[in-house]
Amino acid sequence: MGELGAFLKLDRVENPERSPAERVHDYHEFVRTLTGEALAEQGARCMECGVPFCHSGCPVSNLIPDWNDLVYRDRWEAAIEQLHRTNNFPDFTGRLCPAPCEASCVLEIREGEAVTIKQIELAIVNRAWDEGWIRPRPPDRETGRSVAVVGAGPAGMACAQQLRRSGHAVTVFERDEAGGGLVRFGVPDFKIEKSIVERRIEQLTAEGVDFRFCAEVGKDVGVEELRAFDAVVIATGARVPRDLPVRGRELAGVHFAMDYLYQRNRFVAREEGHAAAGAPDPPSGDAVISAAGKHVIVIGGGDTGADCVANAHRENPASVTQIELIGEPPRSRPDAISPWPRWPMKLRVPYALKEGGERDFAISTTAFTGNGRVEQIHWVENSGAPPFAPIDGTEEARPAELVLLAMGFLGPESGLLEQLGVERDERGNAKTSGAYETSVRGIFAAGDARRGQSLIVWAINEGRRCAQAVERRLAVLT
Amino acid sequence: MTQSATHSQHLSRTKRPTEPVGLYDPAFEHDSCGVAFVARLNGVPTHETLQRALTALENLEHRGAAGADPLTGDGAGMLLQLPDAFFRSVVETELPAAGAYGVCVCFLPRDDAERRKALEQILVESIEEEGQRVVSWRDVPLHLEHAGQTARESAPIVRQLVVAASPQLASDRDAFERKLYVIRRIAETAAGPELVIPSFSAKTIVYKGMLMAPQLARCYPDLVDERMKSALVLVHSRFSTNTFPSWELAHPYRMIAHNGEINTVRGNANWMRARESQLASELFGDDLLKVLPVVRAGGSDTANFDNVLELLVLAGRSLPHAMMMMIPEAYGSRDDMSDELRGFYEFHGCLTEPWDGPASISFTDGTVIGATLDRNGLRPGRWLETKDGWVVLASETGVLDEPAENVLRKGRLRPGNIFLVDLERGRIVEDEEIKHEIASRRPYGEWFERGVVQLSDLPEQPPRVPRIEPLRSRQLAFGFTQEDMKVILAPLARNAEEAIGSMGNDLALAVLSDQRPLLYSYFKQLFAQVTNPPIDSTREAVVMSVATSVGSERNLLGESPEHAHQLQISQPILRDNELEALRQVDSDIFKAHTIDITWPVAEGTAGLDLALERICAEADEALADSVNILILSDRWVGADRAAIPALLAVSSVHHHLVRERTRLQTGLVIESGEPRDVHQFATLIGYGAAAVNPYVMLETLAELVEEGMLPEGMTAEEAQHRAIKGISKGLLKTISKMGISTIPSYCGAQIFEAVGLEPELVERHFTGTPSRIGGVGTKVLAQEALDRHARAYPRNGDLLPLGGIYAWRNDGEYHQWNPETIALLQHSVRHGGAATYEEYSRLVNEESARRSTLRGLLRFRTGTPIPLEEVEPAAEIVKRFSTGAMSLGSLSREAHETLAIAMNRIGGKSNTGEGGEDPVRYIPDETGDSRRSAIKQVASGRFGVNVHYLANADQLQIKMAQGAKPGEGGQLPGHKVDPYIASIRFTTPGVGLISPPPHHDIYSIEDLKQLIYDLRCANPKAQVSVKLVAEMGVGTVAAGVAKCNADHVLISGHDGGTGASPLTSVHYAGIPWEIGLAETQQTLVMNDLRSRIWVQTDGQLKTGRDVVIAALLGADEMGFSTAPLIATGCVMMRACHLNTCPVGIATQDPVLRQRFAGTPEHVIRFFFFVAEEARGIMARLGIARFEDLIGRVDLLEADDAIDHWKARGIDLSNLLLAPGVAAGTPLRRTRPQDSPLGSALDWELIELAREAIESGEPVAAELPIRNVHRAVGGLLSHEVTVAHGAAGLPGGTISFTFRGSAGQSFGAWLAPGVELTLWGDANDYTGKGLSGGTVAIRPPDGSTFAAEENVIVGNTVLYGATAGKAFFRGLAGERFAVRNSGADAVIEGVGDHGCEYMTGGHVVVLGCTGRNFAAGMSGGIAYVLDEDGGFPRRCNHELVDLEELEDEDEPVVRELVTEHLERTGSPVAERLLDSWDESLERFVKVMPRDYRAALAALAAGNGALRYPDDHAISSGGEGFVTAEVESGSAG
Repeated sequence: MGELGAFLKLDRVENPERSPAERVHDYHEFVRTLTGEALAEQGARCMECGVPFCHSGCPVSNLIPDWNDLVYRDRWEAAIEQLHRTNNFPDFTGRLCPAPCEASCVLEIREGEAVTIKQIELAIVNRAWDEGWIRPRPPDRETGRSVAVVGAGPAGMACAQQLRRSGHAVTVFERDEAGGGLVRFGVPDFKIEKSIVERRIEQLTAEGVDFRFCAEVGKDVGVEELRAFDAVVIATGARVPRDLPVRGRELAGVHFAMDYLYQRNRFVAREEGHAAAGAPDPPSGDAVISAAGKHVIVIGGGDTGADCVANAHRENPASVTQIELIGEPPRSRPDAISPWPRWPMKLRVPYALKEGGERDFAISTTAFTGNGRVEQIHWVENSGAPPFAPIDGTEEARPAELVLLAMGFLGPESGLLEQLGVERDERGNAKTSGAYETSVRGIFAAGDARRGQSLIVWAINEGRRCAQAVERRLAVLT
Repeated sequence: MTQSATHSQHLSRTKRPTEPVGLYDPAFEHDSCGVAFVARLNGVPTHETLQRALTALENLEHRGAAGADPLTGDGAGMLLQLPDAFFRSVVETELPAAGAYGVCVCFLPRDDAERRKALEQILVESIEEEGQRVVSWRDVPLHLEHAGQTARESAPIVRQLVVAASPQLASDRDAFERKLYVIRRIAETAAGPELVIPSFSAKTIVYKGMLMAPQLARCYPDLVDERMKSALVLVHSRFSTNTFPSWELAHPYRMIAHNGEINTVRGNANWMRARESQLASELFGDDLLKVLPVVRAGGSDTANFDNVLELLVLAGRSLPHAMMMMIPEAYGSRDDMSDELRGFYEFHGCLTEPWDGPASISFTDGTVIGATLDRNGLRPGRWLETKDGWVVLASETGVLDEPAENVLRKGRLRPGNIFLVDLERGRIVEDEEIKHEIASRRPYGEWFERGVVQLSDLPEQPPRVPRIEPLRSRQLAFGFTQEDMKVILAPLARNAEEAIGSMGNDLALAVLSDQRPLLYSYFKQLFAQVTNPPIDSTREAVVMSVATSVGSERNLLGESPEHAHQLQISQPILRDNELEALRQVDSDIFKAHTIDITWPVAEGTAGLDLALERICAEADEALADSVNILILSDRWVGADRAAIPALLAVSSVHHHLVRERTRLQTGLVIESGEPRDVHQFATLIGYGAAAVNPYVMLETLAELVEEGMLPEGMTAEEAQHRAIKGISKGLLKTISKMGISTIPSYCGAQIFEAVGLEPELVERHFTGTPSRIGGVGTKVLAQEALDRHARAYPRNGDLLPLGGIYAWRNDGEYHQWNPETIALLQHSVRHGGAATYEEYSRLVNEESARRSTLRGLLRFRTGTPIPLEEVEPAAEIVKRFSTGAMSLGSLSREAHETLAIAMNRIGGKSNTGEGGEDPVRYIPDETGDSRRSAIKQVASGRFGVNVHYLANADQLQIKMAQGAKPGEGGQLPGHKVDPYIASIRFTTPGVGLISPPPHHDIYSIEDLKQLIYDLRCANPKAQVSVKLVAEMGVGTVAAGVAKCNADHVLISGHDGGTGASPLTSVHYAGIPWEIGLAETQQTLVMNDLRSRIWVQTDGQLKTGRDVVIAALLGADEMGFSTAPLIATGCVMMRACHLNTCPVGIATQDPVLRQRFAGTPEHVIRFFFFVAEEARGIMARLGIARFEDLIGRVDLLEADDAIDHWKARGIDLSNLLLAPGVAAGTPLRRTRPQDSPLGSALDWELIELAREAIESGEPVAAELPIRNVHRAVGGLLSHEVTVAHGAAGLPGGTISFTFRGSAGQSFGAWLAPGVELTLWGDANDYTGKGLSGGTVAIRPPDGSTFAAEENVIVGNTVLYGATAGKAFFRGLAGERFAVRNSGADAVIEGVGDHGCEYMTGGHVVVLGCTGRNFAAGMSGGIAYVLDEDGGFPRRCNHELVDLEELEDEDEPVVRELVTEHLERTGSPVAERLLDSWDESLERFVKVMPRDYRAALAALAAGNGALRYPDDHAISSGGEGFVTAEVESGSAG
C-alpha cells in the first residue's frame, strides 16, 4: 500500500490540463500528469484495501492497488509489468477511459476523494515508453496455428497481441488504412495523439502480428480466405449509428458524428504529416463536413458528442450547442439509484464544454428545417425521463447549420456476419456462447461487435478473454 | 460427493462408545480433577490414613462432576499399600508371606457370565504359564445402591485374584512385581478391551469406580474396614467432559493420579510405539517381548502415561527418575540450575521427548509417594506437614482440619518441582536433594557433552545441488504468489515476526478451492481451550524451547554414553549451508542419505503413489545401511519432474517408519522449496520433520533484497536470518496455542485436524489424524501438484500469480465477502430494500456458499409447505440473534453503540467484547434507546471487569477462544488507549495492554466450573455463557461446559473473527462451525445434556439460509459480526489493526470516526431481511416455530446437484447424523440448570449485612469457614452493587472475620465497603476481580510456624483486580496479582510470574519472588524487598526498569506496610517499620517504562492523545503491519 493514513493528509489532485483558451487552438493532447513526488503522493493515498473495489470496478481488473504501491515506492518498471499483466494498452485507457475504477475507489465513498488511479496509470505507461521498457515480446515458440482477427480496434488488437504472444500466427484484417479503430479515427488527437496508437501497432507488428490494412473482409478479402484460418475473431465494432427519424433529417448538413470525426482525424493526420499510406483522398465540395463559421448543434450528450463539440471549437464555429434527450442528472451521486461502488448517474462537465459552447438537457428534437441545407433545429423540452413527454409551450427553433448526430450505436454493420453465417442476438450483436464462440464453430466475436457499444477498456477485456477462448479451442484441434 | 442419507446410529447410554459415533470420538475426552494424598512418615500402616484420605476426597468433591444423572459421578478412587492384614483376614486360603503374593483387581462384565469366565480363564492361564500360583478369587463387596443410576447400569463385577510368587521370585519383590506386570500385559493383550485390571501388584492396590467422592467408601465397604491399613493413600475425584459411563477411566491408575492433560499424547504414543523395537532390558530379559505394545490402545492420556511410567520403573529406574525423564522442568534458558541437573535433563532429552501439557501428577510405588508439577506450574497443589508426622497434599488447602498448633509447615507444588515423601527415610525429601541424588547417579552431563555434536560445529561444505533451475520457475512450480512475497515474506524479514491481518477468513475451504492450494491448507491447527491452557510464549519464554536434534535413538530402558549421540540443532529451520553440512556429515556416528521426493511429470497423477512407495523403500534401504539422518529433498524439480507435496512426503515416510518400528533409527529432515509460512513449517514438524530447509523461501528473500522490497541496507543474509527468527517465534506461538513448550514434544505430535482429506489417504500417510468429512485423495493432490508445476513449465511470463488470499483479487482465491456481496448488502439496507437483499442472498446462498463452505453442499429436504402467515413472525426470530464480541477499542464508540442500540431495539443481544463498558450506557437514553450491551464478555485480560460491570449484564460470556486466533492473546498498542478507552478499562492512557493467551483462572475444566460459579455470584440473574471455537473435540468440551453449570455455549467457526491476528492463525486454526456445531449437538444429545444449555453458533453467517441450517444442525441462537458491520458501512478494508478504517468503524481516530455513517436502522433492516428469508424457508419446510427447527438434521441432505471435481469425496453423513437416543430426548434447551448457589455462605452474610446494605449501618460478624465455601463475598458484593452502584459503601461498613481454610476465589469481586479478614489460609483465585473491598489473611491463632516461610494463599491471587486492598501474611503461589489494574496489595513472598500483565495498582512484596516477575507488566508499580540482591535475576526486564525508591514512593510503601501490620499482625512488617530508613534501602521499585512515560505525560497535561497527527503505526510501506499487534481480544 501507499503510506499509512496518507489519504487523511493528502488531497486528490487531478491531472493538470492545458488551459482551454490555449488548447482550443491546436490538436495536441491537453491532459498531462503530475510528476515526481506529487504523483508518488497520489499513489500514497491508496489504502491497499482488503477488498479493492477499484480492481473490481475496472473491466480489465487492473491490479490497481499493486501498481499504486509500486509507484509510491518508486518501482516504476515493476509497475508497468503489473499494469501490462491485465491491460495491453494502458496508454489508451489511461487517456480515454472514464475510469469506473475511480468511481468505485473506497475513498470515493466520500465523493470526490478517489485515488487518481487513471492519472497514475497514464504516468506509468508514459514513463515506461520514455524509458524504453516497453518492447516487443515475440513468442519464444510457434504453435503452427493461425488466427484471423477482423478489425484492428482495441478489441482486435488486444486479442491479436494475446494470441500472438502464445505463439499463434495472427493476421489482422482492417478496412481502414491504419489500426486503432475508433481510437484512431473517432477520438481526436487532442485526447490521444495518433503516434500513441501507431507505436502499439508497431509493437504488435514487431511481435509478428500481420496487419492487413485497407482490407475489408467480404469486399477486399474473401470470406473463403478467412475460413482457411484455424480460428476467426470478429472484432469489427458496433458501427451502425442510431438515427434521428424526424422531419428534415435528409437535409444537407445533418451528419452522423462519426462521419465528421473520421474527416477531422484524417485532416489532422495530414496536417501533422503522418497520414497513413492508403488513406483516402481529402474530401471536397459537399462531401466536406465542417463547422467553420457555422451554428453547430450536437445531439447526444456522450463522449462522441463531446468530441464533436471540441472538434467544432477548433474550426471557429459561430456557435456550438450540445443537446441531450434525458434530463439533467443530479450534481452529486444519487445513492438511491447508483450508490457507491456503482457508476454514478450524475452530472459531469465534459472537457469540450470547458472550451466553450452550451449544453441543454431534456430536449426532444422535433424537426430540422432549411432549404436543401439545414438552417434550423426545432425542439421541445421534455419530462427528462422516459417516455420523455413533451412539455407544452416549450417549443423552440434555433439556428443550426451543422447538425451532428451522436446518439450512440445500434450494433455491427450488416454484411460480414451474414456472410459468415453468424447469428445475431436480440440486440443485433454477434451472438456467442459464454465463451466468445459464435454460432459457427471456430468463429469468435469480441468487443463492441459482441457486446454492443461500450468502453475501450471493455473492448480490451473482451479481446483478451476472447483470446483465451480461442486458445482453448486451438488446444483441442487435432 | 457421496450421497449421504441421514441415518441414526444406535448409542447405548449404559456403555461408553469406543469407536467414533458421528462426529463424536471418544478419543476427544478430557478429564481433570481434584487429587490428594495422605502419608504417615513413620511408615506404619493405619486405618486412619484411609479415613483422612476419604475426608480429603469428600472435601474435593466440588472439583469433580456429575452428568445428566446427578448422582453418577465421573469417577473417584483410591490407591493404597497392599493391606496384608486385611487380606489375611478376608481370604480363607493361607497366604504366603507379605511381599510374596500380589493382588490382581479385575473389572469384569456383569451381564455376560460366560464371557466373564472366559476372561478369568485367560488370566489364570497367564499366571500359570508364567510360573506363578493362583491362590484364590475374592468377590469384592460392592454396594451399588449408593451409586448413581448410570453408574449402576454400567458397573462391572469387581473381583480380586490373589497370586502367590513362585519360589524363585518369593524373595525378590521387584522381580515378582515385574512378573505380575508381564502377566497383566499378556492377559490384557489376549483378552482385549473387556478385561480391565485397575491394579495388579504385590505392593499397592486400587479401588475406584464411576462414583462421586462420597460414594467411594459407601460402595466399597472394604475401605471402611478397620483392618484395611496403609501408611500412604492416594485419592482422586474426576471431572470428565463427558458422561459416558466408564469405571475404567476413574483414577488413580496403577502408579499415578493425574490432574491436567497431556497435550502431546498422540506423538508420545507414536514415538513409544516406534521405540519398542529397540527396547531391551536385562531385568526383563525375554519377558519384554510379552509386554508389547507398551501403550494399551484406547487408553486416555493418563493411562498412556501410566503405561510408560510403569515400564520405566519396572525396568529399573526409580519412580522420581522416571518422572523427571517424562516431565522435565524447564532448563534451556535457566541460569539458576546446577550443571549436574542440566546435564541430566540434556542427556535424557536424547532418550525421550517430554510428555508436555499442564499436569500435576501424583505418583506412588507403595514406598515413596509424591507429586510433580509441569514446567508451567499450571495446576495447584498445596501440602502440609504436621508435628505428629503426617503429610497431606491436595489440590486445595483445607481439605483436612488440622489444629493450628500441630502444623509444622505448609507449602505448595512449584513449577517443575518434585514433592516427595519417602516412607523408608521417614521424611519429606526436598526437590533439590532428590534431584541431586538422581542427577549424580551417572556423569550424565559429561556423557552429553562428549556425545552430542552441535550442528554449528560441523565443517562447512560446498553445496552439492543436483539441479539448477531459475528461481522464478521454482517459485512458480511451488505455487509462490506475489502475496507470499509481499504479505508473508517481506514483513517476516522486516520485523522478524509473522504478519498480522484483520476481519477473519472468508475464503473457500481448501477442498472446495480451485486455486490449487498447497496441502498444508487442508490441515487445521488444534489449540487449547478449557481443558488445558495455552501458554504465553512471549512473556513466559522461560519455559519455551525451539532446540531440536537428529540422529538415532537407543534403547529407552538403558543408559550409556552412546545414548547422547545426537546432532543438536538450535532451531529447526536450516539454511542451505547448514543443510549441506548435515548432508555431507562425515563421522563414524552420523551418516546421512538424501532421497529425491519428485516424480516424473510424464507418469501423471499415478506417479505420485509410485514415488511414495519408492521413497519409503529407499528409506528402508538407507536405514538398513545404518543411515541415521534421512534428508527428503525436492531439489530435483524441473521441467520433467514435479515435487510431491513436502508434507505428504514427510508424513508418509514418518508413518512408514513408525509402522516398520525403525523410526527411531533416524532423524528426518526435509529440504523443500515449498514451505514459506509458519503454518507450513508447523505441519512439517508436527508430522515428523526434525528440521526443514526452505531453500526457495531463502532465495526469495534474497530476491526481495535485490528488488528493494526490504529496508535499505538489509543484506540477503540478514533478511534470511530475521525471517528464520520470525518463523521460530511463530512456531513457538503455534505450539504454545496447544500448551506445548518444546519442539521435540511437538515433533510428530500431529496436533492437527484434516478438513477435506479422504480417509484412506489419512489412514495411510497421516495415521491418527482426524478427518471427519472425507475429501480428496492422492490423485487430486497429485493433480494439484501437477497443475502448480504447469505454471512453471513451460514458463509463460515472468510474473508470479497474485494470490488473492489475504486481499480479494479478481482471479485469485474466492472470497465470500467480495465487491458484489458487500455492495448489495449495503445497498439493501440503505435504499435497495428487500429486492436488493434477495439479490444479495441469492448470490451468497447459490454462489458464495457453494464455492466455499460446507453448508453450500447441503440442501433442504422437501417438506409439506405451510402458508407463510403461519410461521412465527420475524420479530420473534430476530430475538435469537446477537452481534459478536467486538470491543470498544477495536470498534469506534459510534459503531459499538450503533450495534447495541439496534440489538436492544429488536430484542437481540449485543456484546461488549473484551474491554469493559462505559457505565453511562447502563442508563437508557432519553429517546428510550439503550446503549447497554446485553452480553458482557469476560476474557483473559479482564479489562473493565468489576462487579458493577458484571451486575449490569443479561449474559456473562466467558471467552475461551476467538475464531480469528484461538489459543492466542492479544495486545492493544498504547497509542490506541485514549483517555476514554483507558477509563473504561481502568488503565492508563497511552499504556499498551496485553491480554494473556489463557485465562489465568482456567487451566482445566474444573477451573471453568469455578469461574462460572464466581460469575454467578457476581450476578445471580445473568446467564453464563462459554465461548468456544470449533475444533476436533469441541463437542466434548461443550459437554464439559454443560456439566460446569453454564447456561449457554457458543461454538464459533474458524472463519469468523474480526480481530487482528497473525495471518496463519486467521487461516489455519479452527474448523468450520458446521462441523463443530454438529459435533456439539450430537455429543450433548447423546449425553442428555442438551436440554439444559442453549447453543449458539457464529462464523460468517450471512443469510436466512445460513440461520436455518445452523438451527437444523443444533443452534438455538446465531451470532453475526461481519455482516452487521458491513451493513453499517464496513468495506472489508482489513486494516482494523492499523487505526485507519476509512469508514470510521474500526478506528479511534476522531477524524475517521466522524466518517461513520451507519445507523441502527441499517442493522435492524439486515436482521429482519435475514429473519424474513428464514421464515420463507420455514414455510417451505412446513415448520411454524423456530424452536422446532433446532436439531432437525433429518431436514437436511447433501446436495447431489453439486458436482465439483474436488468435492466428490466429501461425505457429510457424519455431519447429518441424528444421535440414536430415546424418543423425546430434547434436542434443544428445555430447562434451566440447577443453581449451585443454594449452599453459598454468602446468603448468611447477606442476612447479617442486611442493615448495612439497606441503610449503610456498619455491621461486623465472625464466622467459621471451610474450603467448600467458595467465592465468599461475591454474592454479598452483588447485593451491595445493586443497591449502591459502582461506588458501593464507605470503607469498612461491612466487616466479616472468618476462621478456617477458605475455598477458592475467597473475596472475589469485593465491592467497596466490604472487608473480609481470614484467620487461616486460602486457596487459588483469592481476591479475583477485587472491585474496591479489602481482604486480609493471617495465620490462625496458635500457629507456631513462621508465616513468612509458609504458604498462605494459592495461585493467581488478585487476578483482574480493579480496586481495593489485600494483605497476606505469608507466601503466595504463582502469578500473584496477575493483570491487576488497580488494587494495592502486600504479600510476604510470591512464586513465579508475579505481577504478570499488571497495568495498575501497587504491590509490595516483603520477601522473595519466583522467576519471571513483571513479565508483560505495563503499568502499576511493584516494590520488592530484595534481601539477597537476587531479585534482578528473577525479574523479566522486557517492559520494566528497576529503580531505587523516590521520595513520592516512600509514603505509599510505608502506609501499605503499616496497614499490613495492622490487619495481619505481621512480624515482618513490624521489623521493617522498626528500622524504616534502613528497610527502605532494601526495596527495589519495579517501574514499567511506558507507564512512567504515560504518567509524566498526564502530569504535564498532554496525556490526551496525539490525534489526529499521530497515526502511530508505520507500515514501512507495506500493507500488513507486524510491529505492533492490536487484537480483537485486547482491542
